[in-house]
Amino acid sequence: MRITPEIVADHGLSADEFARILHLLDRAPNLTELGLFSAMWSEHCSYKSSRVWLRELPTEAPWVICGPGENAGVIDIGDGQAVVFKMESHNHPSFIEPYQGAATGVGGILRDVFTMGARPIAILNALRFGDPAHPKTRHLVAGVVAGIGGYGNCVGVPTVGGECTFHTSYDGNILVNAMTVGIARTDRIFYARAGGVGNPVVYVGSKTGRDGIHGATMASAEFDQRSEERRPTVQVGDPFTEKLLLEACLELMESDAIVGIQDLGAAGLTSSSAEMAARGGAGIELDLDQVPLRERGMSPYEIMLSESQERMLMVIRPGREADARRVFEKWELDFAVIGRVTDSGHLVLRHAGAVVADVPVAALVEEAPRYQRPWVPSPPQAAPEIAAPADMAAALRALVGSPDLSSRRWIWEQYDHMVMADTVQHPGGDAAVVRVHGTGKALAIATDCTPRYCAADPERGGAQAVAECWRNLTAVGARPLAITDCMNFGNPERPEVMGQFAGCIRGMAAACRALDFPVVSGNVSLYNETSGKGVQPTPAIGGVGLLDDLRHVTTLALKHPGDALALIGATAGHLPCSAFARTIAGTEAGPPPPVDLAAERRNGDFVRREIHDHGVAACHDLADGGLAVALAEMAMAGSLGATITATPGALPLHAWLFGEDQGRYLIEVPAGRAQGLLARAAMAGVPAILLGRVESLDSLTLPGGCSISVAALRTAHEAWLPAYMGEG
Amino acid sequence: MKARVHITLKRGVLDPQGKTIARALGSLGFAGINEVRQGKTVEIDLAETDAAAAHSTVAAMCAKLLANPVIEDYRIDLAEG
Repeated sequence: MRITPEIVADHGLSADEFARILHLLDRAPNLTELGLFSAMWSEHCSYKSSRVWLRELPTEAPWVICGPGENAGVIDIGDGQAVVFKMESHNHPSFIEPYQGAATGVGGILRDVFTMGARPIAILNALRFGDPAHPKTRHLVAGVVAGIGGYGNCVGVPTVGGECTFHTSYDGNILVNAMTVGIARTDRIFYARAGGVGNPVVYVGSKTGRDGIHGATMASAEFDQRSEERRPTVQVGDPFTEKLLLEACLELMESDAIVGIQDLGAAGLTSSSAEMAARGGAGIELDLDQVPLRERGMSPYEIMLSESQERMLMVIRPGREADARRVFEKWELDFAVIGRVTDSGHLVLRHAGAVVADVPVAALVEEAPRYQRPWVPSPPQAAPEIAAPADMAAALRALVGSPDLSSRRWIWEQYDHMVMADTVQHPGGDAAVVRVHGTGKALAIATDCTPRYCAADPERGGAQAVAECWRNLTAVGARPLAITDCMNFGNPERPEVMGQFAGCIRGMAAACRALDFPVVSGNVSLYNETSGKGVQPTPAIGGVGLLDDLRHVTTLALKHPGDALALIGATAGHLPCSAFARTIAGTEAGPPPPVDLAAERRNGDFVRREIHDHGVAACHDLADGGLAVALAEMAMAGSLGATITATPGALPLHAWLFGEDQGRYLIEVPAGRAQGLLARAAMAGVPAILLGRVESLDSLTLPGGCSISVAALRTAHEAWLPAYMGEG
Repeated sequence: MKARVHITLKRGVLDPQGKTIARALGSLGFAGINEVRQGKTVEIDLAETDAAAAHSTVAAMCAKLLANPVIEDYRIDLAEG
C-alpha cells in the first residue's frame, strides 16, 4: 500500500515530519511503520512541543531516587522505603465516554506505579468540568465520578482526595487527571529498560483487542468494506484483571527474574517496546504471532497500536520463563514470550513469517521532532474595582455554597477512601493523610491548581499552584518532598497558548526551587481545545509530603471553645481574580495575588515547626475565598463557632475577609499559648496576629458585629452538589 | 405495543463480564467455550399502537438512556399487545 499525503495527514504527521521519516529510514515506511512513527512522534509520547520547556523544572534533591523519564517518580522516605508516584491525564477519552474514560485513566496510572515495584496505597483525582449550566456537564460529572469509583473501589486502593472545579472554558474539554501513590522498597525499584542481548521479551495481562486504535484506520479508504469490524473502539477497563496483574507483578518482583518492565499505556506495544529499547540502548525483535489476541484477523498495525488495558511488557532473565509463567498463570493471566532483546538497535516486527517493520529505535524515540514553538507572553491584566457586598454574611454563605467551593462530599462518598485501613485524614481536609502500613509514618498528599490565576498571569499562577500544594501539605504537619505535574493546555501551535505554557513552567520552576520541592514525574496534555477555544491553562500539581510521626497529623476542624485563633502571613486584601470577585462581584478580570516565595517558605516552615514542637489544635491554609471561607470551613468541620476580634485596619472589610493573599494559615492554639506563638513568629520574621477565638455558640461573628449561623453555612455548603446532581 | 430492547456491547469492545462468565463456565466443567458476550434486555409496555411511532420512541429512549451509543449497540423487537 502506497503512503499518500492524506494517509500521512490522517496519522497526525506534518509534511516536514514525514520528510524527516524518509530521511531517517532512507526509504518510504510501510503502513505499520508509519503507525509506529505516528504514535511515537505524537505530542503525547514525544513531548515535542513541551520538552524544551520541561527542562527548566528542577528535578533533583537528596531524597529523589528517580526523576522524570521513567514510568513514575521515586523518592526516599527513610527506613529503606520509597514513595513512587505520578499524575496523568485522561481528558479526551473521558469526554467521549466518561465512565470508561475515567476508569481506564485510573487503571493506567495505577500500572505506572506498580510497574516500578510499588504497591499503590492511594489514588487522587483533579477534575475540571464545564459550566454547571452547560447541557453536558451533569452527565460528564456523573460518569467520571462513577468511573473513578468503579475502578478504584474494585481494585481495592483508596481514593483519598483531589479537587473538582467548574468553568466554562472546560465545556468542550473536561480534564480528568488521576494520581497514584505507591510504596516500594528502595532496593526493589524496577525500571523500564531492556537489557541483555537474547533476553526474552514477555507479554502479560489481558489479551489484545481493537481497543482505542488510532482513528486514522477508520479514515483510510482501504478499510471501507470492513469498516464495521475495524471500527476503533473505546477502551473498557477491567479492574478485577488489574488487581490480578498487580498481585502477579509484585509476586514476580520478589524474585530476581525481571530485568525491565513497563506497562502498556498510550500507543500500547509500540511505545512500551520502543521506549524500553531506547532506555537500554538495545534493539527488540517481536513475533506478533505470539501476542495473545482477543479478536481474529488483527493486523500488525492494529496489534502494535491497540490500547487494550491491563497489559505489561517485561524483559526477564534467560531461563526464568517457566518461573514467571507459573506466577502469571496462577493469577489467571495471559503470559507469552513474544520476542527478545537484540543488539541491532532496531525495532523489528515479524508477522506470519515475514518482517513487517524494521525501524531504528533511535528514529522513533531520540530522533522524534522537538519544537521551539513561537510564543507570546500573556498580557498583564489591569485590576478592576471590586465593590463591597451589601451583606458580608450573605456573601460568605453564597461563596461556601458556590459550585467551586461547595462540599465535594457527594463525590468522595462514592469512593472507597478507607480500604487498606490506612487512611488517617479522609477527603475534605487540606491534604489526604495515609499511614505507611505497619509504621508510625504517614504520607500527606494533595493536588492543587488555580486555573483562573494561570489564565490571568501564567507565571504567577504556576508558582501559586506549587506553593498552594506545598502549603496544603504543611498545614497537616507534613514535610513536603516532591511533586508530579499534569500540564493541561490548549493548542501549542497558538503562540498565546505556548506563552501560557512557558509562563506556567517558569513560575513552577521558581516555586520548586524556592521550596525545595522538585518535580519527579509528570505528563503533558495539549490540544485541549474545541473550535479554537482552549481550556484555562491548568498545570495540576500533585504533591507528596512525609509525616515522620503520625501524632503530628493536624486537621482543619476547630476543636475547643475558648482557644485562640491566629492568622499567620501578611494580609494585603488582594481581591482581583479571587473566588469572591468571580462569584459575588461577577468579574474574572485582574491579576492574581502576588506570590512571595521567600515569605511562603518562611511562613510554612514556621507553621510546621509550631505543629511539631508546640502542637496546634487545628490548622488550615487560606486559599479560594480567603480568610472568611477558611474560617467557615474550620467552623463547619468542627461544628463550633468563632468570633473575629481583630479589625481590618486600613483595608476595606470585604478585601480583608475575602482577599486571596498567599502564604497564609489559620491556626488554633490554647488561649494561654497564643502570646508565645506570636512572640516566636516575631522572632522568625513571620507576620502573625491574634485573629479571634473559638466559640461554643453555633455562629461566626465577623468584624462589625455581623454574624451567621454555622448550621446555615453548612446547609449552603452541603446543598449545591447533590442538588445539582438531582439528589438533593 | 410491547417493545423488547436487546442491548449488547459493540463488537470489539472488551466485555469483562462475558470474560468472567466464560471463566466460570470453564471451571464448572463446560469445555470448549471460545468466548462469551453478554448484554441486557429491557421490556417496555407502550400505549402507542403504531409500530413505526413506537419504534422511533424506543430508539430515542435507547439513545438517551437505555444504551450507551459510544460502546453499545441495541436492537428493538416490537410485538402487538
